[in-house]
Amino acid sequence: MASNWPILSLLIWLPIFGGLIVLVAGDQRAPLVRLLALVFAGTTFILSIFLYTAFDTSTAATFGVYYYLGVDGFSVPLILLTTFFGPLVVIAGWTSIKDKVHQYMASFLIMEGLMVGVFSALDAMLFYVFFEAMLIPMFLVIGMWGGPKRVYATIKFFIYTFLGSVFMLIGLIYLFIQSGSWSILDWHQFPLSLAVQKWLFLGFLAAFSVKIPMWPVHTWLPDAHVEAPTGGSVILAAIMLKIGGYGFIRFSLPITPDASAALDWLIITLSLIAVVYIGFVALVQKDMKKLIAYSSISHMGFVTLGMFIAFAVFQNTDSGRGAALGVEGAMVQMISHGFVSGALFLCVGVLYDRLHSRMIADYGGVANTMPWFAALAVLFFMANSGLPGTSGFVGEFMVILAAFQANFWYAFFAAMTLILGAAYSLWLVKRVIFGDVANNEVAMLEDINAREALVLGTIAVAVLFVGLWPQPLVDLMHASVEQLLQHIQQPKFSVAGI
Amino acid sequence: MSLKLILVLIPILPLAAAAIAGLLRQQVGRAGAHWIAILAVAMSFFLSAWVLYQHMYGGLGTVNISIYTWMVSDGIHFEIGFLIDHLSTLMMTVVTFVSWMVHIYTIGYMAEDPGYQRFFSYIALFTFSMLMLVMSNNFLQLFFGWEAVGLVSYLLIGFWFKRESAIFAGLKAFLVNRVGDFGFLLGIAAVLYCFGSMDYAEVFSKAPDITGDTVTIIPGFEWRWITLICVCLFIGAMGKSAQAPLHVWLPDSMEGPTPISALIHAATMVTAGIFMVSRMSPLFELSDAALSFVMLIGAVTAISMGLVGIVQNDIKRVIAYSTLSQLGYMTVALGVSAYSAAIFHLMTHAFFKALLFLAAGSVIIALHHQQDMRFMGGLRKQMPVTWITAWIGTLALIGFPFMSGFYSKDTIIEAVHASSRWGAGVAYWAVLIGVLITSFYSFRLLYLTFHGQPRYTVDVGAGDHPPDGIVQHTPHESPLVVTVPLVLLAIPSVVIGYLTIDPVLFGGWLSDSLPVLSQNDTVAAVGEHFDGAVAMAKHALSTAPFWLMISGFVLATFIYRIRPAVADQLQQKLPGLHRILENKFYVDELYQKTFVARTIGIGNGLWKKADDGLIDGWLVNGSARLMNNLSARVRVWQSGYLFHYAFAMIVGLIGILAIWVMLK
Repeated sequence: MASNWPILSLLIWLPIFGGLIVLVAGDQRAPLVRLLALVFAGTTFILSIFLYTAFDTSTAATFGVYYYLGVDGFSVPLILLTTFFGPLVVIAGWTSIKDKVHQYMASFLIMEGLMVGVFSALDAMLFYVFFEAMLIPMFLVIGMWGGPKRVYATIKFFIYTFLGSVFMLIGLIYLFIQSGSWSILDWHQFPLSLAVQKWLFLGFLAAFSVKIPMWPVHTWLPDAHVEAPTGGSVILAAIMLKIGGYGFIRFSLPITPDASAALDWLIITLSLIAVVYIGFVALVQKDMKKLIAYSSISHMGFVTLGMFIAFAVFQNTDSGRGAALGVEGAMVQMISHGFVSGALFLCVGVLYDRLHSRMIADYGGVANTMPWFAALAVLFFMANSGLPGTSGFVGEFMVILAAFQANFWYAFFAAMTLILGAAYSLWLVKRVIFGDVANNEVAMLEDINAREALVLGTIAVAVLFVGLWPQPLVDLMHASVEQLLQHIQQPKFSVAGI
Repeated sequence: MSLKLILVLIPILPLAAAAIAGLLRQQVGRAGAHWIAILAVAMSFFLSAWVLYQHMYGGLGTVNISIYTWMVSDGIHFEIGFLIDHLSTLMMTVVTFVSWMVHIYTIGYMAEDPGYQRFFSYIALFTFSMLMLVMSNNFLQLFFGWEAVGLVSYLLIGFWFKRESAIFAGLKAFLVNRVGDFGFLLGIAAVLYCFGSMDYAEVFSKAPDITGDTVTIIPGFEWRWITLICVCLFIGAMGKSAQAPLHVWLPDSMEGPTPISALIHAATMVTAGIFMVSRMSPLFELSDAALSFVMLIGAVTAISMGLVGIVQNDIKRVIAYSTLSQLGYMTVALGVSAYSAAIFHLMTHAFFKALLFLAAGSVIIALHHQQDMRFMGGLRKQMPVTWITAWIGTLALIGFPFMSGFYSKDTIIEAVHASSRWGAGVAYWAVLIGVLITSFYSFRLLYLTFHGQPRYTVDVGAGDHPPDGIVQHTPHESPLVVTVPLVLLAIPSVVIGYLTIDPVLFGGWLSDSLPVLSQNDTVAAVGEHFDGAVAMAKHALSTAPFWLMISGFVLATFIYRIRPAVADQLQQKLPGLHRILENKFYVDELYQKTFVARTIGIGNGLWKKADDGLIDGWLVNGSARLMNNLSARVRVWQSGYLFHYAFAMIVGLIGILAIWVMLK
């Protein structure tokens, strides 16, 4: 690391501090609150750019460890994704949130700090605290600014995710008792028997499979999305889901590598079910937000598939070609899905702000009255269906290629997303965007204003940049991926002599 | 200018034009948009032609350069780069020329359309995508171009997005293509598995090493890797080049404006599959099984789609089915290892089919967007230029001696005849009978459109959207922006075959970039009997294809000029056959009933029964109900205010955090 100043701590505490300031500013001063929120989120994003420039990709294998925080090639992209969305969410909620603005903005700022904390904690207890604390502001956001069934959705969301992480907590405590340390890095090296690893693996799986979410513990996500306000959906889809994927890569793979290898078939099967089964379910949704939520689950299937395909590659090939491709593909998929799903929820938000409906049937021919919006929305839906040249293609392409190296059928089922993803994305486009003006409400629609164009345009640039030149993003993670793959090939139980 | 810069400019100029015409549509206005797009594509054409000239006379060899590294992962280099050899240069020149003509034509055809700038933006973007596809030196960029042309095709078919039928056709085209791409992507993944590279040169050089390697995908069936790769790649080609049974999207794509039917759905994009298989000839050559498969698919397409073309009444649909049938010819040529003959036919077809479509478009605007040939007739007097150029296009299409289509199609037929590959006998009959069918429907189109008595009436007060058979004004010849491209396309439709068959095809210029195993080289076998273009045409007069073509002409003339009642009588006598053809062998209905309906059914079943019923209803909410009962006693603790809970939690967690930091 190039500098000694505690940039990670700043990235965590600056938005949280900002959140408290905003809260103090109070309900009566909404314009000031918005401005303050933007300043804090914007500053955090600018600070995070220093993290990017200071991060040395060639030696990323060594963590930049401060007292209990540190980052590597897996966390830096995710932190940048988090800080990138901070200002965007503030701007997106600029006028559409009229009620309790200070609490809304404070929730998002605090959430941002906590999420950066999750991605940079190297101490398991700290990780756990951030991991759980993050739920609270999200709980508030859905519960206070959500839709009519928000109470059911919030309780479901909270209990589901909380229950999952309790099992992880048991695992963490066990590891602490055994190793005498809370350091995740120490645990990476800590020898464990295969049986213990399996129990720990299942504990981690309980937490992270709910978070990401994997089939069949995914049913909280569509409900939460449908009820959440736009900003909540954006953060939930763009960043919170990634914490599940990050958990797999930070805990499951390195701490329980042998169990991961032994149970890789389970994850691969569940991932493929997610891709195909959820693809079909997404197709028949009538609510735009639900459709995008299901599409998220399907896309997250590629994340888990890409991570665990490495084990199948090592088993089935001599060269090991495809292992790194899969893990890096999973990471790229997480970043890309952050952009694309975030943008899609923002698009639905734009429509919802005008017509107060999320139902596909209430729209039709939006392109007639909102041409610029239509152009951006089509771009994002195309990215969602994995069109080359957009970020949505890169991760899926890498994971499908990697899956083929392990087994033809893995790739076969994964590649079905090409058809299913295009079907649900473009069928929605056909019904909502294209066609003749469907009703008087659509006829009265106004195209996106400068503020909305700024938000969507920024993400569009990111989507195209990653799609046309993913090299800088992939470069960030090479060293960490290499180190991880070397690590997971060393059996841990043989070290333990068990 | 360095060569690299020139090569980069060729695709980038249309891309820049697309961006300007699309994003700055207000600023540049209508004229600005068309000038920018036309100039950019014209410059692309001249630069491509310059490269072609360098290849032919300047001694330029094959250029294989990388432009930038898209990504390196797992030691695999994913590059954006160009492979400029005889094949790609020829494609670049053809694509940019036809695109340029279509750009000019669009000024006339789309003159009154409110989406004028958007249209120019799309077709310029298409030109860029197609160029990236043909110039690629690796599988990644090939796939990028492949999908990008699919995207633009989708946008252009649904260009008139208010029309339900148009946006449906766009969606259908994209999804059917995605079915093909599904196979294509698996093929690319298999290439990576076998060769560890995405680069053409590296893959092709390693290809002979794996001919013996096998794979078992379904237990009990052992496949050769190379066959699996080729079949998967070809499934991609079946989608893009609309081969049966993935052909269903192409006729519907006629919902798009006519200029793009000419450019995308006749001359260039649909030939991408043909181009791709030719490019992959070092792989396909190693698998006789895959090539037989290719050949039979092509034969089925060539003959069945021609038959459907006979009974269509929509002028554009007749040409669309003709395109399908001709793509079938090209595919058959691929199947008998006559790659250069396929590309040669691709080139001649690009000119005369674009010409036919643009001529049809000229008729359509003259009749105020009337496309039904039953309400045309006699237009030769009002539209002489369109009429003559349509005749030229037709003669080229049916393979009349000395016309461009003659040289390319006859070579294919001869090559199939010379092939000893499994299935070549059947394919030979298919391409022979196809000549008769082609000739028949082509003359039918000419007669119904341009000859006989007008079957429409002119009614000045008919309004903007008059019923079928009534037009507002007397039809008149189209403006110069329409007729000049027709003439410019008619010239190569006549002469290009005659001029180039010797140097380009039999002289081996084209096959330099299309490696063929010597024992498979059917084009060379045909070439042994080649004594110049004139001799070839003279010789043809005594061969079956010529007389089959004449038979088609005689039949069509008899039925549609001499005894018009015969058509109806035939229709009544053979109702079953007519119904099958009119319903396009019921393939659409079959897909609708099986795939589409089933997919929705599966989706609903999984959603309502599995997700909502089983997982949520039983597991999730069931356990919640259980907890509810248990917790009835401890409810006293709970105030019910969301903020109370949240506040307590935050205080608790921050407390824990504080202790934590202090202890550290």
